[in-house]
Amino acid sequence: MSYEAPIKELGETYLLPEGTTTHDVTETIAGVTETKAPRGWWLLFLLSLTALGGLGGALTYLFVQGVGVWGNNAPVYWAWDITNFVWWIGIGHAGTLISAILFLFRQKWRTSINRFAEAMTVFAVLCAALFPAIHTGRPWFDYYLFPLPNQMDMWPNFKSPLMWDVFAVNTYLLISVIFWYLGLIPDFATLRDRSKNLFRKRAYGFFALGWRGAHRHWQHYERAYLIFAGIATPLVLSVHSVISFDFATAVVPGWHTTIFPPYFVTGAVFSGFALVTTLMLICRSVFKMQNIVTIRHLDFMNKFMLGTSLLVGYAYAMEFFIAWYSSNPYEQWVFFHNRLGWGVLDSNGNWGPLWWAYYVMVFCNVVVPQIFWFKRARTSVPIMFIASILINIGMWFERFVIIVSSQHQDYLPSSWGMFHPTAIDLLTYLGTFGLFFTLFLLFVRWLPIISIAEVKGNLPGAHPDLHAEEPLQEPGTAAEPVPAE
Amino acid sequence: MVEQKKPALYLAEYDTPNAIAKAAMKVRDAGYQKWDCHTPYALHGMDEAMGLKPSKIGFISFFFGMLGVATAVFMMKYMNAWDFDFLDLGWGYPIIVGGKPPGSFPWMVPIMFELGVLFCGIATLFGLLGIIKLPRHNHPIFESERFEAATDDKFFISIEAEDQKFDLDRTKALLESTDPTHLELVEQEVA
Repeated sequence: MSYEAPIKELGETYLLPEGTTTHDVTETIAGVTETKAPRGWWLLFLLSLTALGGLGGALTYLFVQGVGVWGNNAPVYWAWDITNFVWWIGIGHAGTLISAILFLFRQKWRTSINRFAEAMTVFAVLCAALFPAIHTGRPWFDYYLFPLPNQMDMWPNFKSPLMWDVFAVNTYLLISVIFWYLGLIPDFATLRDRSKNLFRKRAYGFFALGWRGAHRHWQHYERAYLIFAGIATPLVLSVHSVISFDFATAVVPGWHTTIFPPYFVTGAVFSGFALVTTLMLICRSVFKMQNIVTIRHLDFMNKFMLGTSLLVGYAYAMEFFIAWYSSNPYEQWVFFHNRLGWGVLDSNGNWGPLWWAYYVMVFCNVVVPQIFWFKRARTSVPIMFIASILINIGMWFERFVIIVSSQHQDYLPSSWGMFHPTAIDLLTYLGTFGLFFTLFLLFVRWLPIISIAEVKGNLPGAHPDLHAEEPLQEPGTAAEPVPAE
Repeated sequence: MVEQKKPALYLAEYDTPNAIAKAAMKVRDAGYQKWDCHTPYALHGMDEAMGLKPSKIGFISFFFGMLGVATAVFMMKYMNAWDFDFLDLGWGYPIIVGGKPPGSFPWMVPIMFELGVLFCGIATLFGLLGIIKLPRHNHPIFESERFEAATDDKFFISIEAEDQKFDLDRTKALLESTDPTHLELVEQEVA
């Protein structure tokens, strides 16, 4: 009995349907890049390109006019730009979680979704990184962000969490790209060897780096992959923690809380899993991959969403508890009036103007995922599709609630205000979807969207049984398992 | 001019992981050095079957990770705490914010970590490519038509002609004794 084999006594089974061969896996996944694109792909691609064009227009207008074209104004200086930044980067976190953390925990089901999720990470982080770069409306000064020697002898202030952000986000982007590419190398080789025409062979061959599947290479490759998983795991936890410091180290009521780092990280993973599910459901039906991304995989994903939803719900509750327990009137104002909307706190009995955003957030993030307690919901494609979209809306509102509803009414009633997004705000946000989906659609079209080599390694009998010829033991005395590494 | 060719390697093909593992143990015991197994995915247990020592790439990662941490400390101390000009980069000077000591430890932690990870990651990628000597697109093994299946569902053992024990007849006999489904001699052009 090999180390890789499932333990029948425990009711474990193989992840993929019985009878799936190594060649089937190659055919299914590599086939996507070799056939003509479905008409739906073209439709989506044109839509995404249009949205991307919208982004180009919005950014050009922003650069020409300055940040006045956005709705940010006193006292809400951080508004949609930062909301979108935090939301997008959170989306990316599920990719790293699936590819790195689940790898360390030997969760083999991750192999069917990790490539996909990693690609999503890279594109989402790109969309996120756009916002800090443009939020001053003067992107030609972006080099101020980096510790570059300059004519003014001016150095960055490293005590600022915004500086930590620069390093965290850029490191995260670069490491995600490398991790993703490393996983792609053997699959590029597969595509290269299947290529019928010279152009494809050259193009895929270039990125495959001359990979020849040699075990002397695999050996180091696997170790390097493990190291990447090992460094990406604390990295992903650090990135959203650092982003939460942007808020937590400020004195604004509603931001100044110690629960923020874990709260942001779980929220990030939660939203990322939701988007992976949304996109995976579409791709799996468009490209007929039901045999590789099975209902079991989706069931696992939904359990993850349920778990992170409970963690996020706990964080929401704990924020309220601390607001009450601290007896801090400003903190209580933000939580009970700005968020819950309680009119009793207001001498005129008015509800906070943004109360509805809080209820949308709680409904989408805490109430909706409870449906995943039921196995029928976890295994129903339409239900999980709708739930995953609602969760993404809810997570966007979570960032909006934290950022805008905390700022618009804080210490001084004389400087209270309101935030109204402009059309350019909206167009910029929609435009980042264009960027994301354009890249994503190109990815599903030209790259293997599922890790071919890793899925093969999970098939029944994929690994040799070195001690098979040794004398048979009596039943019940199992042979020494083959070490994995 | 007539193209001259010389033997580059023997390529034996197998259908199952068990077959290649058993064959690999035979080749290992025969004492070959420049030989390899080519598989569509990482076969676990092959390190033992081929008699390979564990990968040492971790040392590279660790060293550069620590270098990243040290770089971060130096960078932040130089730009926010110390007072001198290093390599004419521009004068570093203390920046005092919120009345806190300009060179204290806690605020340096996030960037020490991030730069450590960044250096470690980049070094691991290039260290890996250095150790396995890729990119290399001109390996003679690609001359074989059948080798294209090595990234699909077939398993191959190659023994290179440069191996000291390589002998056209004896190596062939050894590989034949491992019951390959196909055995061929791959040749390369003489430059």
